[in-house]
Amino acid sequence: MLKIDTISKTFFPGTVNERKALQTVSLELDESDFVTVIGSNGAGKSTLLNTVSGRLPVDSGSITIDGAEVSRMPEYKRAKYLGRVFQDPMAGTAPDLTIEQNLSLALKRGKSRGLGRGTTSARRALFRDELATLELGLENRLKTKVGLLSGGQRQALSLLMAGFTQPRILLLDEHTAALDPQRAALVTNLTQKIVSNDGLTTLMVTHNMEQAIALGNRLIMMHEGEIIYQASAEEKKALTVKTLLGEFSKLKGATLGDRALLN
Amino acid sequence: MFGALELGLIYGAMALGVYLTFKVLNFPDLTVDGSFTTGGATAASLIIAGVNPFLATVAAIGAGLIAGYITGLLHTKGGIDGLLAGILTMIGLWSINLRIMGKANLPLLREDTVFTPLRENMLLGTWVSISALLAFTLILKFAIDWFLTTDLGLAIQANGNNRQMIRSLGVNTDNTTMLTLALSNGFVALCGALVAQYQGFSDISMGIGLILVGLASVILGQAVFGSRNIFMASLGALLGSVIYRLIIFLALRAGLDTNDMKLTTALLVVLALLLPRWGFLKRIPSLRSRSNRASSKAPAEPADDPASEAGAQVPAGTVDTPADTPGVPAGTPAKAAGRTAAGTSAASDSKED
Repeated sequence: MLKIDTISKTFFPGTVNERKALQTVSLELDESDFVTVIGSNGAGKSTLLNTVSGRLPVDSGSITIDGAEVSRMPEYKRAKYLGRVFQDPMAGTAPDLTIEQNLSLALKRGKSRGLGRGTTSARRALFRDELATLELGLENRLKTKVGLLSGGQRQALSLLMAGFTQPRILLLDEHTAALDPQRAALVTNLTQKIVSNDGLTTLMVTHNMEQAIALGNRLIMMHEGEIIYQASAEEKKALTVKTLLGEFSKLKGATLGDRALLN
Repeated sequence: MFGALELGLIYGAMALGVYLTFKVLNFPDLTVDGSFTTGGATAASLIIAGVNPFLATVAAIGAGLIAGYITGLLHTKGGIDGLLAGILTMIGLWSINLRIMGKANLPLLREDTVFTPLRENMLLGTWVSISALLAFTLILKFAIDWFLTTDLGLAIQANGNNRQMIRSLGVNTDNTTMLTLALSNGFVALCGALVAQYQGFSDISMGIGLILVGLASVILGQAVFGSRNIFMASLGALLGSVIYRLIIFLALRAGLDTNDMKLTTALLVVLALLLPRWGFLKRIPSLRSRSNRASSKAPAEPADDPASEAGAQVPAGTVDTPADTPGVPAGTPAKAAGRTAAGTSAASDSKED
């Protein structure tokens, strides 16, 4: 489904600030794989996601989705394969547009947009059904501007917008990191639900080890631009935070210095 | 008085164009000063060459579309800052406008214009002409309303609202930006063509300072009508233009000189921008948040007021900060963005509960 083949990305090459964010990273996701990515700050997790989404160009290597080479494709063209949720709850929705207008925008992801009405009654019915699955009561607030929703609600909406059009790949970039624990748990549950309902192929970056273990069927750990540990479906079932931390220090002889990783 | 109303309605076309860029696209487009004159110049010189005035007006719209498109090209493909891109086109157009007209002033005194039927029947300056102009500008307004609610129009609105998001949904934001700038300047050029025919001449300097007139109209309209939805916002822009002309009319009545009008306009815009900050006319506009995002976060609106404009504007100001960090290493900025996001989401959570 998604094949990342020896991609590299260096920021500020040739300067004192040169930083190798990705060093010949390869990763393959099969249909319906749900891979969680963990690693400390600067490990290259987000860079990995951003190269897949097209926000950052790769220096070398190739990325194929569904057999199509996309690594030279601009971000907006890759969107037809990808659903994305960002870390910032404000980033995935347009605040001055209503809930139904935001969903209409998401419905046309990767398709050409013409002069047809944005919100028809047929679409509205679909949106109501979809929103009802969130169990946040948003199905009764179709004409509410998204800017009036809370961060948790907006992130839940972003998740729905990314998932309900069945993208080939769903990219989640620390999408619960900016929420308080309660709302993070809500969004985590929704993630589980949306991904398993549609069997979406998913790549999720997270800071939270427990979340990384709880969600998905595979796990990878990154450090300094490399994948240093992979847990297959079998191995992942037996994983605990402790064994993960053990793996990390064994492999790198270092401790994960990030506060967020330890919660 | 009737003259002021007529002018206000004619200039409403320009206000609608400015509304498209300034409010919808969130792009301060200064091309307006140039493209307005381009519209007037194109229409006037074609009319003098014997072209049907309606065709000449259509041609003027075309010229405006091109002008806006050029600004869009400079901004999107050339990566030039929006303000500067507009200024560059505006300055360039000065020479082009002179080329089009051949001299600095083209009188249309004995030519047929789109206003000739009204003028010959002595209907200019009566309720008939005002109704006709009102009907015409309302058609323009409803066209914009309709366009902005289509799939393409929604993408344009989202483009001005959250560029990162709409790009991730597969919209080529370069194209939508250029399209909106072109459309906006099409409206402005249409207005220029009408003004030239209404006043009976086209002049090289007829567009100077016009962007402020447009802004004044949009802001005044918003102060009076709010911007709850597209319908009210575009109506506000249109009628704001009329209100602006009435204020100018009254200022002239009060003994001010026509030379004082630019200053009056500037003061009007300054006042309209400052008054809301002093707690007056609370519901105006994101123009403020553009200049001062920090302060726009401050007012916490009660949750039981879903229509409150200030509430809707709060996230608008914060949203594009984290969105524009491509090419930056993932670690630190993402962290910082996360922290601000956590702050604002916490704020909006408490608002919700």
